[in-house]
Amino acid sequence: MRYMMLIYSKEIEGGPSPQQALEQMAAHGAAIEEASAKGILVSAEPLAPTITATTVRLLNGKPLITDGPFAETKEQLAGYYILECQNLDEAIDWAAKIPTGCKGGEGCIEIRPLPGLPTRPPMNG
Amino acid sequence: MADIRAAVESVFRQESGRIIAGLIRMSGSFDRAEEAMQEAFASALSVWPDQGIPSNPGAWIMTAAHRKLIDAARKESTRRKKQDAVSYDVPSSFEAEIEEPAMHFPDERLRLIFTCCHPALNNEAQVALTLRTLGGLSTPEIAKAFLLPEATLAQRLVRAKRKIHEARIPYEEPSPDHLPERLASVQAVIYLIFNEGYAASSGDDLVRHDLCAEAIRLGRVLCELLPHESESMGLLALMLLHDSRRKARMVGGELVTLEEQDRSLWCQAAIAEGLQLAEKALKIGPAGPYQLQAAIAALHSEAKAPGETDWPQISSLYEKLLEWNPSPVVALNRAVAIAMWQGYDEGLRRVDALGASGALDRYYLFHAARADLLRRLYRTAEAAEAYRRAVDLTTNAVERNFLMRRLAAIKL
Repeated sequence: MRYMMLIYSKEIEGGPSPQQALEQMAAHGAAIEEASAKGILVSAEPLAPTITATTVRLLNGKPLITDGPFAETKEQLAGYYILECQNLDEAIDWAAKIPTGCKGGEGCIEIRPLPGLPTRPPMNG
Repeated sequence: MADIRAAVESVFRQESGRIIAGLIRMSGSFDRAEEAMQEAFASALSVWPDQGIPSNPGAWIMTAAHRKLIDAARKESTRRKKQDAVSYDVPSSFEAEIEEPAMHFPDERLRLIFTCCHPALNNEAQVALTLRTLGGLSTPEIAKAFLLPEATLAQRLVRAKRKIHEARIPYEEPSPDHLPERLASVQAVIYLIFNEGYAASSGDDLVRHDLCAEAIRLGRVLCELLPHESESMGLLALMLLHDSRRKARMVGGELVTLEEQDRSLWCQAAIAEGLQLAEKALKIGPAGPYQLQAAIAALHSEAKAPGETDWPQISSLYEKLLEWNPSPVVALNRAVAIAMWQGYDEGLRRVDALGASGALDRYYLFHAARADLLRRLYRTAEAAEAYRRAVDLTTNAVERNFLMRRLAAIKL
């Protein structure tokens, strides 16, 4: 099962210190390298900061464009990993290795399974 | 026929947890397992009156349910083959197990209990799922015990099972490095069930006691499955010792304080078992929060009269408990214990010191504890004021009645 690890980081004023930024990069590098060596890394990427975000929704069938991310929260989506894991426990172990401080404050990881596009009727329960 | 029905119900009560645990392992699905088990119990009701009750009824049910699983998997496989070219894999172990007699089917309840109490599920889901599968309570029974509409509870169960299935919460015992935290999660769920039944509330007394009994049963199962865990023993001891006072604690729908309880109503068998377990746990160690709370309950149980209570020892146990759980609530309990042997003045001083930050302002037990100490110090006006604060804050009818009675008594 592929799991997406959504990195929510707390944006603090001034952002991370140069030292923090270096540590974050090194910690991501280590996590990516380890997952890659295990052959479970599907992809991992940072997102550009929320000031670059644009939200699109349909209003009366026409796209309505607004500036910024959909939800105005302290914790912002900052990047993601997609890893191929046996089960949720393995995904949790990996999530615990992913740093969340790239925006300056510690955040959290949300784990979501990626079931893929349905190709056949879903199995029941 | 009444005999048969009673026999079937007794097998359900005693063995459904083990049966469902095994069926989930075989089928990889909570829903398929439940369906197969229900069908097997239905078969028992129709077959046993003619053939007699089998010598090992649990194994009979397991074998019957296992066959139903295989039938269902075959049907599903055929249906899918017809539907499209992609075949649905029936796990090969499934077919291989057809002929295997189920007399000694392995006990998979540990996998089940760890899955139901997985920290990725919310507390409500953990409780509902644990009671439904390991407890063998029906959905209406659980809904009634939690004073919830049946549909709400059913929805909770559906969501929990979906999460297990779709997020792939594994049906496994945790690895040794994860065991402590996962076991703590199981213990917390069992204690939550117990407290739900124990909290004096306006709900149906009888049904709520079912929850206590069920929690104690689950506590026993946990101790049986992982026999060397001292905190599981501590938890079971704690529940038994609290439950031993059930008859004395509520009289005519009114709450009776520990101090005023008729100690001859305490269940001595539960106390003896609780004390023995607490002692056994202590030998294994280390003493965690459940054991410390059990030790406190044990000291109360051992006192023949309120005046014989070993308050210095209880105070020091609360002190140790504070190291595990540095909450104002535990600190409040310690202050009250200290008041009982160092003087109400000293107790009140400590209670007021705890309240100074304002963190306990909305907590009714803080005001109730203050009120009780002020009452003992004959500071009637202040006591009445504190009781009124407590009354305003409690949401529980039984507790409110108790506080009102106290308030009325000091006004006389």
